[in-house]
Amino acid sequence: MAEAKFNIDKIRQDFPILQRKVNGQNLVYFDNAATSQTPKQVIDCIIDYYENYNANIHRGVHSLSQEATDAYEQARIKIQKHFNAKQAHEIILTSGTTHAINLVAHAYGSMLTKGDEVLVSALEHHSNIVPWQMMCEKNGAHLKVIPMLENGQLDMEYFHQSLSTKTKMVFVNHVSNALGTINPIQEIINAAHQVNARVLVDGAQAAPHIQADVQALDVDFYTVSAHKMCGPTGVGMLYAKEELLEQMPPYQGGGEMIAEVSFEKTTYAGLPHKFEAGTPNIAGGIAFGAALDYMHEIGFKSIEAYENELLIYATHLIQEIDGIVIYGPEPESKTAVLSFNVEGLHAYDLGTILDQMGIALRTGHHCAQPIMEYYKIPGTARASFSFYNTKKEINIFIDALKKAISMLT
Amino acid sequence: MSQIKERQEEIIDEFSMFEDWMQRYEYMIELGKSLPTIDEQHKKDENIIKGCQSRVWLYADLEGEKIKFSADSDAIITKGIIALLIRVFSDQTPKDILQADVKFIDEIGLKDHLSPTRANGLVSMIKQLKNYALAYQAKLS
Ligand SMILES: Cc1ncc(COP(=O)(O)O)c(C=O)c1O
Repeated sequence: MAEAKFNIDKIRQDFPILQRKVNGQNLVYFDNAATSQTPKQVIDCIIDYYENYNANIHRGVHSLSQEATDAYEQARIKIQKHFNAKQAHEIILTSGTTHAINLVAHAYGSMLTKGDEVLVSALEHHSNIVPWQMMCEKNGAHLKVIPMLENGQLDMEYFHQSLSTKTKMVFVNHVSNALGTINPIQEIINAAHQVNARVLVDGAQAAPHIQADVQALDVDFYTVSAHKMCGPTGVGMLYAKEELLEQMPPYQGGGEMIAEVSFEKTTYAGLPHKFEAGTPNIAGGIAFGAALDYMHEIGFKSIEAYENELLIYATHLIQEIDGIVIYGPEPESKTAVLSFNVEGLHAYDLGTILDQMGIALRTGHHCAQPIMEYYKIPGTARASFSFYNTKKEINIFIDALKKAISMLT
Repeated sequence: MSQIKERQEEIIDEFSMFEDWMQRYEYMIELGKSLPTIDEQHKKDENIIKGCQSRVWLYADLEGEKIKFSADSDAIITKGIIALLIRVFSDQTPKDILQADVKFIDEIGLKDHLSPTRANGLVSMIKQLKNYALAYQAKLS
């Protein structure tokens, strides 16, 4: 069993927050898809930065600045290695996925024109919808939607039919945050490349569970947020192929991103700095690297296997409850997300009562209103599991859920 | 003492008898069952309060000099909260409603038990009650 060789007790000790109580109960944290918890190795890394070498990077000749710069650039290399990017300068450090997508929508979007088509999946987080709508308003490109099917997967037939030489970009998440669906991104990338379209994959939800290899995928853009993978908030990355980054104009102007500035003409810095205007989240970037180190120590393969075991266990138990409706595909086609409703009850009431029992779930539309509209529901309750959760916590959750249902009916 | 204040005191008294969160919430759920009070014809999109995770419809009518509120929601605990708000604010004059503060929410231990989104919903509900009062006050004068 994965649980045994995994040493879950030791892992849980790494997460100080798991010891706390909520409303007098032991915390059961099942909102990992919104943000993951932070191990003390990562917290210590942030403290170490501020206590020992806090300084602005890429600027100073003094020792602190050089130490900070080295640590920041080492983190970039860790991220590069993790995602198997060809070059470190293909990793642009951003404030997160939202920032990364907006960067592409502005910079790459400025090269599209009227008559071009872009395809977006119906399973997207608002972060991977709204920036493209804004872009299309500006450049006159036409936004087309790849619809979803009842089982929470994409209508791939429609996707293939919609591709044409007019298609310039496709945006899809690797994993849906609302349902956990793992999308067939390799198939999407291959097909899009046949018509010379570029593909942006939003990896925010996939990154904590699946180690993506951007070269093997041949993906053009890949985005993640560190806070979903044991790192701090406010930092993330955009991976983009070097040739695309070279073609794209800068997104924001400021310090760090220039080579020379005069009022007549400014020349831009090389990659990655051209896209990293201003002082970045230095501690965050370094801690992002520490979070990757931490997850690798446990091992992505073990993490995936263990979380899958939790998902299957929870799915079996919850299905036995009367009136449960689960949204999204079967466990083998998704990450550890259980998006559900209880017939006749509002997800919100469930979430409120469960919180009283110390259980943190997410309720609502999960920033993916088109999915909710498809199912004609206001929202779902979503339990999302991480490698530091246990079957015991799932038992507590299932008992609490039964209690909540009996209170509410 | 204004009736609004009196009714809030009453509610605070009632809630003080509960020993734990379960009793509190069971009571809220019970109160929620007194809704809907809103007429089907007024349960339309323009009467939905924004800022709540669950949908809330609120309507106000003038009866003489006093405002009568009616409401519904798709979530039962939210219904319970509105039932309390209506109990406090309905059948009062616009002036009294505008002047009133809503301290009972804090005192019955609901505010810290409400998630941030819920708390926002609560704020929006109170704001909407007051907006109705403001509109009817203008109409009356
Ligand atoms: C699939 C997906 N995309 C994008 C985002 C936005 O991430 P961030 O808020 O970190 O920018 C999220 C976060 O919930 C997500 O789940």
